[in-house]
Amino acid sequence: MNPLVTVRLAIIALLRNKMRSFLTMLGVIIGVGAVIAVVAIGEGAKAQVASSFAAMGTDLLIVMPGSTSSGGAAGGFGTGPTLTWDDLKAMQTELSSVKSAAPSLRSNAQILGEEQNWSTGVTGTTPDYFVVRNWGIDKGIAFGQSDVDSSSKVVVLGATVSTKLFGESGDPVGQIVRIKSVPFEVIGVAAKKGQSPMGQDYDDTVFIPSSTYQRFIGKGLQKYLNGTIFVAANSTAEVPKAQQEIVALLRDRHHLAPNEDDDFSVRSLAEVADAQAQSTNTLTTLLTAIAAVSLLVGGIGIMNIMLVSVTERTREIGVRMAIGAKPRHILAQFLAEAVAISMVGGLLGVGIGTIAAQRIALQFKWPTLIRPDVTLIAVAFSALVGIGFGLYPARKASKLDPIQALRFE
Amino acid sequence: MPLIEIQDVTKVYRMGDNVLNALDGVSLSIEEGELVAIMGASGSGKSTLMNLIGCLDRPTSGKYLLAGKDVGKMGVNEQAEARNRLIGFVFQNFNLLARTSAQENVELPLVYQGIGGRDRKRRAISALTRVGLGERLDHTPAQLSGGQQQRVAIARAIVGEPKLILADEPTGALDSKTTVEVMRLLQDLGKTGITVVIVTHEPEVGAYANRLIVVRDGKIIEDKHQEPVAA
Repeated sequence: MNPLVTVRLAIIALLRNKMRSFLTMLGVIIGVGAVIAVVAIGEGAKAQVASSFAAMGTDLLIVMPGSTSSGGAAGGFGTGPTLTWDDLKAMQTELSSVKSAAPSLRSNAQILGEEQNWSTGVTGTTPDYFVVRNWGIDKGIAFGQSDVDSSSKVVVLGATVSTKLFGESGDPVGQIVRIKSVPFEVIGVAAKKGQSPMGQDYDDTVFIPSSTYQRFIGKGLQKYLNGTIFVAANSTAEVPKAQQEIVALLRDRHHLAPNEDDDFSVRSLAEVADAQAQSTNTLTTLLTAIAAVSLLVGGIGIMNIMLVSVTERTREIGVRMAIGAKPRHILAQFLAEAVAISMVGGLLGVGIGTIAAQRIALQFKWPTLIRPDVTLIAVAFSALVGIGFGLYPARKASKLDPIQALRFE
Repeated sequence: MPLIEIQDVTKVYRMGDNVLNALDGVSLSIEEGELVAIMGASGSGKSTLMNLIGCLDRPTSGKYLLAGKDVGKMGVNEQAEARNRLIGFVFQNFNLLARTSAQENVELPLVYQGIGGRDRKRRAISALTRVGLGERLDHTPAQLSGGQQQRVAIARAIVGEPKLILADEPTGALDSKTTVEVMRLLQDLGKTGITVVIVTHEPEVGAYANRLIVVRDGKIIEDKHQEPVAA
């Protein structure tokens, strides 16, 4: 029998019972819709993370004191100062793959303005920092090397701090703020950087020269650099090379024997981005699995209705057999109906899932990515559900004894 | 060669410890073009005999040749093919597909023969015209009277140009006026060379046949040729 005829007959049979067909489809519609929406949102979140890492700079490396593990026990980052100012200088001058490097000394402090005060992170650094982090200046200027040399009491405010202390429209440049009771002159406001992939606000900080920081904020320690070093490689491609060079340089400078662990750690943002993408992937997989379960439930619904349908139409099956339908014709007919239900449900689910994904994305200002391959797989999978769960009822129908079936009331 | 050749056939049903000899050594031969009525009370074995002749069942022992082929040796698919090509069924309660037009109902045997849409349509219309329903192709069973439904069923039975029409109580659900109409149709078919076998328990219906076979307790107790009543 012509497959097209089979499909046409199946669709006619389904249209005869529109409400029931639709309710049966609903399970598949919800299942496929959920898969499409979850994957689209997951992909969107991944793209969001990737783009925010790109904004942070994929050529960026962070050197931290302390090792990730020593003697089998994991010590946290920055467990003790091991990096020196000379290490920083050596990185800047001796390594071919490093474009520039800047220190980042951080602590929290209360900042007092004329009207408002705000608790934020104070970053002591050098002018290179703005180059390394690719961080622009919105108003005023950044401090220069001369400010570092003379330990000037000047400050560049992060965008959030500027807003908190001086309002959206206020111009802080030239104003005086107090950090730990020390008066600083505001010489600039940094451009808005946004949120880190972990949701931390980059702009909730202020920048002062590293020498000023050491004198007034984080006192003590002249030899050691009590913080981290941000390093920009020449390009994203040179990040692994820069990482190797930094490790070799620091091991040499710290006189570490080959069997000793690093007393510092170098992490590239690419690694962090990978880890982040991994966790997003895990979440997406989990949610997709849950959505797939509802697809399975939809399949069971199809099987249920097909069994009811076979019973209801026992006499029809008997008539068809009497006038010459072979078991495989009956099998094909009921299988086609099950697949038609699940395929139509799958297609509707794709439509609804796509709309839902776009709505949700709009709500949370996420990008959404509809992946054609996932859409295709979802539809194919729903067809498979139709075959899988339609097979048993269809086989049952095809194995009916025509005499019994014709006598069925 | 007779169209139907039944040789010493038995059919035994076992239900637990009970053994039922539905057919008990039946031999029968029907030539092409005969109009035969098989009569008997319920439980006499006539339904079993009809199922056997209709290739819906297989004998427990003995031999049944339909158009020279041994039905007992046929598989499920071959039996289906035999029903499709050689036999047209007419049932007591019509057994048309609900919510399906007369034309599509009549096309159904041709669908299973693998005949294309245009040919199917032409032959269905011609069969329906032959039973006098050429004007009601689009009517569904619910829109037709009992007599008309049975005529659609007869059109469905003859559309595949079978050698045998097997009618199981074809007038059981009809009033006397439409009974006459339907019997006239079956008699006319007999005249065109198609063999018609009618299973009934009504003597009035049996009177229309050329040959009368009476079954009781799984045996043929009477088999006679007669002058049919004209419908």
